[in-house]
Order: sequence, then C-alpha cells, then structure tokens
Amino acid sequence: MATPVIETHELTKQFGDFTAVDRITFQVQAGEIFGFLGANGAGKTTAMRMLTGLSRPTAGEGTVAGFDVYRQAEQIKRRIGYMSQRFSLYEDLTVRENIQFYAGIYGLSWRNVRTKTNQLIEQLQLGEVARTLVGSLPLGWKQKLAFSTAILHDPEIVFLDEPTGGVDPITRRQFWEMIYAAADRGVTIFVTTHYMDESEYCDRISMMVDGEIRALGSPQDLKSQYDQPDMNGVFLQLARHSERS
Amino acid sequence: MITIHAEHIEKSYGDTQALRNVSLSVAKGELFGLIGPDGAGKTSIIRIFTTLLLADRGTATVNGHHVVKEYRNIRKEVGYMPGRFSLYQDLSVEENLRFFATAFGTTVEANYDVIRDIYQQIEPFRRRRAGALSGGMKQKLALSCALVHRPEVLFLDEPTTGVDPVSRQEFWQILKGLQNRGITILVSTPYMDEASLCDRIALIQDGQLLGIDTPAALRDAYPHPLWKIQSSRRYELLHFLRKQKYTLSAFPFGETLHLATRPDAQEHKIRESCYSQGFTDLQLTRIKATIEDCFMDRMATTADPQLH
Repeated sequence: MATPVIETHELTKQFGDFTAVDRITFQVQAGEIFGFLGANGAGKTTAMRMLTGLSRPTAGEGTVAGFDVYRQAEQIKRRIGYMSQRFSLYEDLTVRENIQFYAGIYGLSWRNVRTKTNQLIEQLQLGEVARTLVGSLPLGWKQKLAFSTAILHDPEIVFLDEPTGGVDPITRRQFWEMIYAAADRGVTIFVTTHYMDESEYCDRISMMVDGEIRALGSPQDLKSQYDQPDMNGVFLQLARHSERS
Repeated sequence: MITIHAEHIEKSYGDTQALRNVSLSVAKGELFGLIGPDGAGKTSIIRIFTTLLLADRGTATVNGHHVVKEYRNIRKEVGYMPGRFSLYQDLSVEENLRFFATAFGTTVEANYDVIRDIYQQIEPFRRRRAGALSGGMKQKLALSCALVHRPEVLFLDEPTTGVDPVSRQEFWQILKGLQNRGITILVSTPYMDEASLCDRIALIQDGQLLGIDTPAALRDAYPHPLWKIQSSRRYELLHFLRKQKYTLSAFPFGETLHLATRPDAQEHKIRESCYSQGFTDLQLTRIKATIEDCFMDRMATTADPQLH
C-alpha cells in the first residue's frame, strides 16, 4: 500500500493536567474520505489543530503529507487545504478577490493565479457574480466556493471542519458530490460532521470519546461491530458514557 | 385551542424577503417543529412571536394576545431560548438564573419544580462562570433561564445546532418532559431527522412554508415512487441513474442512494438497466420517503430556482 498521507502514533496534547487528546494512533491513505467524529469536547478540534500544524503536540509522533508535525509545521501548512463552517472566505471581498487572495497566500505565481481564478469561476458558473461581495451570496454558493478555494493549490489533503452545517439538504448533497469528485482525483479528505448520515459517505470513520479514538473502521464494519442499523446508533452507543460532554 | 397563531406574515430586510405569506397555528400543549436550513426565516418567525421584531404585514397572536398591542402580556407568559448563547458569560450559573428570575419578578425557589430536572444536572457547577461551561451545560443553563418564570409557551431557536447526537437526544427528552407539564413548545431546527420527534412540523425554505402537517402525513404525501438503491460503485451509479428516463431525482443518502422515479417505472426495468452497466452487486428496495426526501421534493417544486 502507498505511504499514508496522515500517520500518527500515540499523538497526545495536554493542557496542564488535562489531556485533550490521549495517545491517538491512526493512518489515512491517499484519496481516502476519512470521517473524524466525536462528541462535543471529545478532542476533535485539538487533534485537527495538531495535524494542520497549528498546535504542537506534547507527546507521540505524527506526519502529514510526509512532514513531521513538530519540526515541519510550515511545510505541512503549504500542502494542506482547510475549510470550516465558521471561517473560510472574506465577506467584504468579491468572489474574484477571495480566490485571488487565497491563491496568492498559497504561493501561486501571478500568471497561475489568473488562470486558476478564471477556471474556477467558470467551473462553478459564478461568472455573473464574480464582482459580487461574498457576504451577499447564498450560503450554499459560499460553501462550494470555500471548498474550491481550499483545494485551489492542489493540496494532498484537505481538512473540512463541519463544512455543511445549516445548509439545505439539496445543497448539502451537492457539496458532498464535490467532495467525491475531489477524492476521485486523489485528494485526501479529512472531514468532521455532526450529521450522522453524512458520516456514512466516508470510506472510514474514527470515533473520539474523551480524548481517545474508541472505534475506527468503515461505516459497514462499525455498524456490524456495534450491531446498529445506522451510524447514529453507533455514535450513541460509544459516546453515551462520555465523561466530558 | 390555538396557542400560537400567525396569519399572512410578511417580513423584508431591505431587498431581502425573509418571510413570504407565512400562516401557521400551534395548538395548546403541542410540540411543534419549524424545520429548515440557515436563512430560511426560522429566527424571524420566532422573533415576531416573541415580540422582538415587527412584521411588515399580517397578524400574529400568542396565548390569545396580539404580538404588537399586547406585547407586555406575551413577554410575561413566554420563555425564549435564542439561537446564540445569550446569557451573561461573566456571571456564575447561579447568578444568571437568579438574574432572570428577578427580571420577571419572581424567585428561583418559587419555580424550582419547573427547572429541577434540567438544573440539577448543572447544579454541581453553580459557582462556575457561564462562559466557562461546556456546550451541553450552557444549553441546559439557557433553558433553565428561559423556564424560571414558569412560562406557558416556550420558543426555542435551534437549541440543538452544532450539538453532538448524544446531547441532542438528551435535549429532546427534556422537551418531551416539558410538554408533559402542559407547556406549548415551538422549536426550530436544521436537522431533518428531528422532525419525527415533533407532533407537527412546518417545513420552511426561503421564507416560505413548504408544508405543515404531522411528520407521518407529510411522509405519506410524498408523490413519487421512491427506491433505496445501492452498489459498491456508488458515485458512478449516481451519475448513471441521473441519465435514465425513469429517474426524477437521485441523491446520496448515507451509504445508499435514494431514487425517485416516474410513476410507471418498473422494478425489473430499473434492475436490468443497472445490470447492463455492470452494477451487478445492485440492491434495490422500494421505500417510504423520509422527511428529508419530502423537503427536497417540495424545495425543487416550490422554491425559487434562482437561489440555488
């Protein structure tokens, strides 16, 4: 099998005497859609911050896109994409300006920025609103644009932190089709969500409870292992006795 | 008896039409769900009922009181839990609760029976600042504060958004408990799977109601044959199905796809077409629509396509 895009061994983050992430060990393969689930306060955000080079682990090992999470955080940041529900685009910039801004931040050459911007506007059929402020676009458009912007620099892996919160069911599915298409092209997808039906779109899922990864496998495996009809049942069974929520 | 009533409500913010001709009624003691995505108009309706926002047109009453002329009565008789956590972060759990009781001219002690089941879960942390609570605990404190003056009607704006499935399940159990005490509840949510926990629901999108009924009746009213269809090559199957004549819509649903077909589509024809394309591991079953299927179907036929 190819080298994993994410590989951790007993990765840990302590804040004082509180262990936010407790010795997590897992791998994510290239082109995989990996669902990172857990109850509120389980440690998902802290784990994600370590993997994206924003927070230094206190113990254990980890590599992302082949780079070490302790020593090569800057190289990691250049090779990943990131999108969250809360923050992704600048509302006071136009569609075109947002794309150009991110392309620039990710270090694309000026010529490349122009080509990529035009391609993206065409591909998303945003030609008519290219000069419109992002703040006035419908939420569904913003999310599609945010996702496309996050993978504009052809990252090996993109981290999506609850990308579909609050959008209508059709837009939510269109968004997942974009995710499938990206995964099809070989981009690795690392996604958190509170929609349990969405977790079933993932190739594999990990479930965090109280800082630990308590379960890991394909949706099918987890459902049969815990004898549940759907992922909601699996989640409830695993997280019900959580001490932190 | 009708406790919450709206008739032909319209509301615009500048050029944006937030509510278009919204009419609904909630009976006394009902648990009523307002279900739709962000920006659908859920908060605007709730703020009109709670007398915090004026409608441009139409009338609304709560507990028999007119929302404009008798707003003072309404404010005494309703509890409101806004979408954004709006307690005092720098006051302790206990101080917040006392503050809200005092603002309504009552005491925590006099109404302790109403909040007991909920408040007991956070009472061990009563000296902690509200800002330092976990998400689940904040939610319980906000609900306690909304209930401390013993309201007859409760409005909850997206109480379970961003909350994990375990806390969501707990929260709905709490709501059922409040309903059993005779409190009329209007709750909004973007999670379609929560519809089945309500007595009746209204589906809302782009300021328009797409339907009001019991969850069961809405599901029964789904107009097309609907199938659950599955193959290991899910993404390819989705694209294949969308090109077929018998297909009205095809969408991913968890591990499977949901396929809505023309009324005359036959099971063996669907199977044959898929087999001929090499989807030999196909599983096909006729199913009943979920609320999400209903929402998407009504969205496609009612909503303004310009917005999507």
